Amino acid sequence: MKNLSTVFLIFLSFGFLTAQNKEKDTTKIIQLKEIVLIGKKAATYQKEAKSLGTIDEYLNQSSRINMIKRGAYAWEPIINNMPTERTLVTIDGMRIFGACTDKMDPITSYVEVTNLSEAVVQDGQSGSLFGNTIGGSIDLKRNKTIFGEKKLEVQLQSGFESNNSQKILGSSVNFKNEIFYFDLDVMSRNAENYSAANNQEVLYSQFNKLNFSNILGFQIKENKLIETSIIYDNATDVGYPALTMDVSLAKALITSIKYEVIPKNSIIENWETKIYFNTIKHVMDDTTRPNVPIHMDMPGWSETFGYYSKLKYRFEKHHFLVNLNSFYNKSLAEMTMYPNNPNENLMFMLTWPDVRTFYNGVFLEDTYDLSRNSNLTLNISLGSHINTVTSEFGLESLQIFYPEMSDTKSRFLKSFGANYHFSKLGFHCHFGVAYSERAPSVSEGYGFYLFNSFDGYDNIGNPNLKNETAIEGNFSIGLQKKKFRIKANASYFHFYDYIIAHTDFSLSPMTIGANGVRVYSSLDTATILNTSLSVEYFINQFFTWNVQTSYAIGKTDDNENLPFISPLSYISSLRFKKNKFTSEIKLVGNATQSNFNPEFGEDQTPNFAILNINAGYTFKFGTTKLMLKTGVENLFDKNYSTYSDWNNIPRMGGNFYVNLNYVF
Amino acid sequence: MKPYFKKIAILLIATIAFASCSKEVNETEMNELEGLTKIRELSNSTHTIELYSKKGELTLGFNEIKLRILDNSSDILVKNAQVSWLPIMHMMTMNHSCPKSTVEKVADEGNLYEGYIMFQMAENVSEYWDLTIDYTIDGVDYSITSEINVLATDKRTVNSFTGSDNVRYLISYLEPTEPKVAINDLKIGVWKMDNMMSFPIADDYTVKIDPRMPSMGNHSSPNNVNATQSSAGAFYEGKLSLTMTGYWKINLQLAKADGTILKGEEITSTVESSSIFFEIEF
Repeated sequence: MKNLSTVFLIFLSFGFLTAQNKEKDTTKIIQLKEIVLIGKKAATYQKEAKSLGTIDEYLNQSSRINMIKRGAYAWEPIINNMPTERTLVTIDGMRIFGACTDKMDPITSYVEVTNLSEAVVQDGQSGSLFGNTIGGSIDLKRNKTIFGEKKLEVQLQSGFESNNSQKILGSSVNFKNEIFYFDLDVMSRNAENYSAANNQEVLYSQFNKLNFSNILGFQIKENKLIETSIIYDNATDVGYPALTMDVSLAKALITSIKYEVIPKNSIIENWETKIYFNTIKHVMDDTTRPNVPIHMDMPGWSETFGYYSKLKYRFEKHHFLVNLNSFYNKSLAEMTMYPNNPNENLMFMLTWPDVRTFYNGVFLEDTYDLSRNSNLTLNISLGSHINTVTSEFGLESLQIFYPEMSDTKSRFLKSFGANYHFSKLGFHCHFGVAYSERAPSVSEGYGFYLFNSFDGYDNIGNPNLKNETAIEGNFSIGLQKKKFRIKANASYFHFYDYIIAHTDFSLSPMTIGANGVRVYSSLDTATILNTSLSVEYFINQFFTWNVQTSYAIGKTDDNENLPFISPLSYISSLRFKKNKFTSEIKLVGNATQSNFNPEFGEDQTPNFAILNINAGYTFKFGTTKLMLKTGVENLFDKNYSTYSDWNNIPRMGGNFYVNLNYVF
Repeated sequence: MKPYFKKIAILLIATIAFASCSKEVNETEMNELEGLTKIRELSNSTHTIELYSKKGELTLGFNEIKLRILDNSSDILVKNAQVSWLPIMHMMTMNHSCPKSTVEKVADEGNLYEGYIMFQMAENVSEYWDLTIDYTIDGVDYSITSEINVLATDKRTVNSFTGSDNVRYLISYLEPTEPKVAINDLKIGVWKMDNMMSFPIADDYTVKIDPRMPSMGNHSSPNNVNATQSSAGAFYEGKLSLTMTGYWKINLQLAKADGTILKGEEITSTVESSSIFFEIEF
């Protein structure tokens, strides 16, 4: 298995995830994008088997995306087996940075599935439209009606899940006319602890969430529009069973205003400029946990101002895309420990020392049509990235480790890629090569005693880290015929100065019970190979069989395994659809994790396979529609855990759900 | 109306300027005392000596003291005295002194004299300190002796012990007086006790430090530098890293130049504390 030349296979999710929109998918394949459709517009909303699943569940269906799970809520997406630092997650192009030093609030946790229309996943460097990335990007695109014939639609959503008594209640209002559109979406979720197999309760896995989302657009002149947008997300009492701490509050306010021009009969196809601001507050504490060696609070704040201005134009056989973008982020996190002796002073430190990140970049892309069947895409991204530690307290703290450290560090980031696509008569193939760089994250550069409960080490940032760079090659080939569709995909990343934390045996851990202290440093080289294969077979007009598998391998320069690399995983499903009735039986599994690394807290995760079934039916009463989705997940109540479950917390046992969607 | 207003204004400004001039002398005195609080006054028939320090009190450990001498009859501060002092602890069974410096003029033109006294014990119900100040003005000797209050501290800042070489040592914490989460400049005093009255600075040792947080798993901090002397007779200087606020115990070991440990233990998983240490909390 260790031999890289072994053929690895996986599967691509297209057919499986987005069968509802085949034409669109085909074009997207050519653009090397994977789109996870999430009920785009009311009409197709019903087509997800679990219409009110969490955003994490949706994204997890993609073969490129895995999820690190620390509980039932706010899973951390990993793209091409690379976690947050190496990827780029945006909401409608906006840069947002989580406020949690333990990555308990990925950006995806601040949106709801009902206010998203699609998640655009791009592989590797080609995802650097809104900033630098090595592993790829996810842009979460929100639902909006756009102008049109006057229409008002009101929906009510409600759902229930038996395992954790999750109650879901939501409503959306969508209005449009020729010059105005308005979308409002409110959703609340309330879940208690979930149970693993055999009714084993997983303590501290509860959560509460309220999400409010609004988009308002109006036409100011023909072909010109202004759009404002706001997301307010408030999660409270969120348990993280895999960690020693929970979250009493995670609150985000995400706002933007956009100006867009869509000229007619011009070489300019579209020009949009957006200014945005978002603020996140995340409060981690352990007050509800009994028997902790010492109580602590770890609040964090993240604020980001930014803009982008994106222009698409066409000139003869060229399709140009230019994007200017900047952001200014403030990241601050504190830790206060409460000594058991109440007369003692509180122990306080800054875990993120008020780091300001100022980024200014430009992205240029040209897609050139070589022939009717093929095109070549070249892109380049250049950016200036400046970190400044503004807290003197924080700077002096870090100077304990780096006495010569100054408060400012400037970096220049560049990346470029070339991709060739060919498609003819259902056959398509793609080759790409790219070079990309990234700056260290705030934790990697400036974190101060951040405890990683997975490997059990305190982590210290390193402001002197070099930029991490990668050379990437990717390849995909596919064939689509009347009866079947098949696609194979592989991407290979060769890293230089791969950032990872290394144990410094001379340092004494701060956290009680920690194994030691690690300081971020660089591996000279590292490699990650991702492969996937998907097959979809249209048995007859009612039945479709789908299988997707993926396999990846990641190695350090010493041929040790990198952490959080997916073992062989597979999904196979048989779907039935007739008129308004749909049903599906689905097998989801992983092979035994043979490539793991105890050094990073990993152990061998055994193989598993679980079975899910679902069924849906749409009732119509005049102009009113009721969509009923119901299903059972983990039908045989298997006890299992995946390689990306933090500290091997068991996944949910048998779970029955019902999702209702009324459309007026 | 307007010229009249102008005149008043000029008059006002002149008055203020005059007033400031006449206060000049007093201001020098005030500037000298900036940041200082009076501890107490000692007096005899001819003079009153005022003792000052930053805290306004004398405590166990290292005390930087400033003083000035007021002539009772003329009400003028004496600038040209030769001053020495001798603190004495009156215990139940014996008397002893403590480490102290000479007393020097702060500035030639000023009125203040300064020095330090390191009290290795605080007063208690039955045992007390007194301070004798001997001073000479224009060839005439004077003396004042008075009981002083030396208060206990709730944190340990002094270690008094007999080393494995059978010499009695005193080690006191001097700085930082305001510790920060940073690498702090550490200053420590080390004295030998030759006899009950003589405590010279001990030269050519190393004070090894190991700061720990007992409330947080007894963890340490990186990049500390043991305290050593830059020259004979000087205080010991090192670097003290404090990674967070709170209560820190700075475990000590006194080592000879050849590395022999005279007192104190290395901290290990089983030895949580050295027998000599300082405590700080911030």
